[in-house]
Amino acid sequence: MRLPSLKTNVDSNQSVVVTKQKLTQKSFVTNLGDYLMEKLFLVLGTLAIFILLLIVGFLFREGSDAIREVGISEFIFGQSWYPSSSDPRYGALPFIISSVMVTVGALLLAVPWGIFTAIFISEIAPKRLKEMLKPVVEVFAIFPSVVLGFIALIVISPIVANVFNLSNGLTAITASVILSVMALPTIISIAEDSLNSVPSDFKEGAYALGATKWEVIKDISLPAAKSGIIAAVMLGFGRAVGETMTVLMAAGNAIDMPVQQLLGLTIPDFLTSVRTLTANIAIEGSDVAWGSLHYSALFVVGMILFVITFIVNLIADLLINRQRGALRND
Amino acid sequence: MAIKEAEPIQIDVREQFQPYFEGDVKKVFQVEELSLWYGSNQALKDISFDIKEKQVTAIIGPSGCGKSTFLKTLNRMVELNTNVKTSGSIVYHDIDIFDPSVNLVELRSAIGMVFQKPNPFAKSIFDNVAFGPKIHGVRNKKKLKEVVESSLKRVGLWDEVKDRLNESALSLSGGQQQRLCIARCLAVEPEVILMDEPTSALDPISSAKIEHLIEELKELYSIVVVTHNMQQAARISDHTAFFLHGELIEYNRTDRMFSNPQDQRTKDYVSGRFG
Amino acid sequence: MTNAALIKKKRNVQLMWVTICATFAVITVGTLAFLFYWIIVGGAEVISWSFITQMPEQNMTAGGIWPALVGTIYVSLLTIAISVPLGIGAAIYLNEYAKQGRLVRLIRLSIRNLSGVPSIVYGLFGLGLFAATFGFGRSLIAAALTLAIMVLPWVITGAEEALKAVPRSFREGGLALGATKWQTIRQLVLPSAIPGMATGAILGLARAAGETAPIILTGAAYFLPIIPHDIKEQFMALPYHLYILATQHSETATVRPIAYGTALVLIILVILLNSVAIFIRNYYRRKNELL
Ligand SMILES: Nc1ncnc2c1ncn2[C@@H]1O[C@H](COP(=O)(O)OP(=O)(O)OP(=O)(O)O)[C@@H](O)[C@H]1O
Ligand SMILES: [Mg+2]
Repeated sequence: MRLPSLKTNVDSNQSVVVTKQKLTQKSFVTNLGDYLMEKLFLVLGTLAIFILLLIVGFLFREGSDAIREVGISEFIFGQSWYPSSSDPRYGALPFIISSVMVTVGALLLAVPWGIFTAIFISEIAPKRLKEMLKPVVEVFAIFPSVVLGFIALIVISPIVANVFNLSNGLTAITASVILSVMALPTIISIAEDSLNSVPSDFKEGAYALGATKWEVIKDISLPAAKSGIIAAVMLGFGRAVGETMTVLMAAGNAIDMPVQQLLGLTIPDFLTSVRTLTANIAIEGSDVAWGSLHYSALFVVGMILFVITFIVNLIADLLINRQRGALRND
Repeated sequence: MAIKEAEPIQIDVREQFQPYFEGDVKKVFQVEELSLWYGSNQALKDISFDIKEKQVTAIIGPSGCGKSTFLKTLNRMVELNTNVKTSGSIVYHDIDIFDPSVNLVELRSAIGMVFQKPNPFAKSIFDNVAFGPKIHGVRNKKKLKEVVESSLKRVGLWDEVKDRLNESALSLSGGQQQRLCIARCLAVEPEVILMDEPTSALDPISSAKIEHLIEELKELYSIVVVTHNMQQAARISDHTAFFLHGELIEYNRTDRMFSNPQDQRTKDYVSGRFG
Repeated sequence: MTNAALIKKKRNVQLMWVTICATFAVITVGTLAFLFYWIIVGGAEVISWSFITQMPEQNMTAGGIWPALVGTIYVSLLTIAISVPLGIGAAIYLNEYAKQGRLVRLIRLSIRNLSGVPSIVYGLFGLGLFAATFGFGRSLIAAALTLAIMVLPWVITGAEEALKAVPRSFREGGLALGATKWQTIRQLVLPSAIPGMATGAILGLARAAGETAPIILTGAAYFLPIIPHDIKEQFMALPYHLYILATQHSETATVRPIAYGTALVLIILVILLNSVAIFIRNYYRRKNELL
């Protein structure tokens, strides 16, 4: 068979001319283009690092005035916040305590709720049901927080007022309830991921020994997924402590210390109106005079918030990596 | 009773004029002391041999012996893996392909590659073949059409697809896809074609078509083909290299390699005793 | 204890725990159903074509939510217009160019950290940098830049997933034909990754549309019954509008129906955007499976 000639401009027995010159010549335009694109993408790739540094640096720069004038210990331990009085006070302790209180309260609800739901989805539900439950969790995650805050305001707060016989239902516990809904999808999905990543031969071995399904969950799956589940709780904490709108709308926002005396002990008061770190920034940030001491003080509050979430997320990250590493080594 | 047509007598000219014929064939690659590491794992050990021009060279050997690695080294595609280190040289047109002055774009245009699994792009049949010429600067529509047509004709695909050039290449059968990939490679006008188990993902009929095509293509191209299939190597290649654990055990003319292997390990392998 | 009794006890323990897990799962589904029920029942009464397309009137006690809807659409689109190119670029670097090493680990650590930063901290940052320092004031552009930085981690992650789904053989095929790296990415990788990237972009859009805290600080207006004509103007936004109607208005009881309507429109908008994103993802996933 005669081959149809592809090369029209060269004679048939020397089909293509490759020379040393050709192999080493570099097209200036093509090369420059490729070089520039690579550098452009390098810059864009490292953008995340720069933004993170920029945020930290900026919070610090804008907050430095207030730190210098007020002192960091006043911010962390001071119990009164009167930014616009003639003798201004910048004690953020009530906000810190409120944030932690509301978040811990939310987790007390969301952790059992989320983990049992995750166990159900990952270990118990039949496949069809599982496929139906997953989107439910995803829809929770897309609910705008302002809508949940609205629900807290019109549904949960009257119930709280009724049950505890309060004149105003906007309290720490109201915020905790609605925050638990916010933290729920995070906890469920991370806990579910870590349960799913437990290798099935772990479980099969136990089944072979005659263990019941629940015993396998309790003795095999949960211990193996422990780090991941703790990470889920930490991430839930991070999510809840940084949440603004729901607490802003549900917690009442009074700036006093949210504590009460009981038998000579100071204990947190969940039935009082509280203002969290996030809510305080949202309330005062929208009409503060730029460059004022008060403005600077808000950046310190932001810094405190940033540090808390940074540490919590870092621990969660380490835990997730630990579980991955542990399951891989086994 | 019909008279059976006489079988034409086949005389292998090369067999008769062996002594000076071998010296006469030009070499396209001169591989010298080539070693390659993936991280700390050495995949190629001290390999030296010449690959002849316009002949089919088969690379055979058991799984994991470094056949694909060797093939990918010839156009430096192996460097897409992280942590690859090489030593030694591969001389191609008087220049070591590892030389820093070598332009990879030109090198890979001159040395085409066909993969084990057909990998047409998610584009139309026409655009698949036209991709190479386009990136190398052919803008003229008429010229592109010519190149696409002649490349597809060359691989015997033209008549099958000429009415559906704008359809997705992914709608073709596996065998057609593989021929399309060869056409795509020819459209760049390479000098060498590297093929890594080009028929292993195909049915017997498609495989036979590709084998036939390879035999035709060697008139114009130097071809290096990796194969697991010893019969295939015997059928289509002029020279064969046998690899084992990253080493070149034996390199010889294919007929000799299969009829009279020099090394015991080659003997064992070609007789199917292991591998 | 006899063997049979032991087995029975084990069964009962199992039954108890399985019931507990199932109960919590039911509560989860019930809560979601309740949330929808409440918003839909409350909002269905007020929501109508004129509610959506009219200006608010009489200090927001009557009329519609048109400027808030438009403001939300503007700020979300602007956010995506800023963050998608940046995010895709970052994803291309991470997936196509970068070699595994310290830099990549650092980038990934930063991305994870950024996704954990509270939205109000982004708001504060945006207020200080874009509104105050850059001199944009409280405006559409300041809010969009802030939201863009906030959604960037999600956009990067989405774009990276889309790139990961492109078969390696496309890249090998392109490079083996002598295409440069950028030609291969531009002509072979990106076209296949676009549907996945669109999904990520729309998810980012939905997130930006539902976000309130950052825009409180950077540009949302309490009451501004005009459509913004310039990116340096302030704007109304649905989530902020809901917040105002629910808690800041002088007659919260009077405007409650409007608040319900606003909440319903916001939910519909967010769910619509998410559905479109998921539809695109599934459509192309199915198409790829057929191939
Ligand atoms: N990307 C890689 N990273 C690390 N090691 C690799 C990589 N690719 C291949 N190897 C190793 O190099 C050796 C040679 O692999 P190669 O793929 O070249 O073998 P092969 O002869 O083509 O095998 P097969 O017949 O199965 O295709 C093997 O030991 C393999 O494990
Ligand atoms: Mg191979």
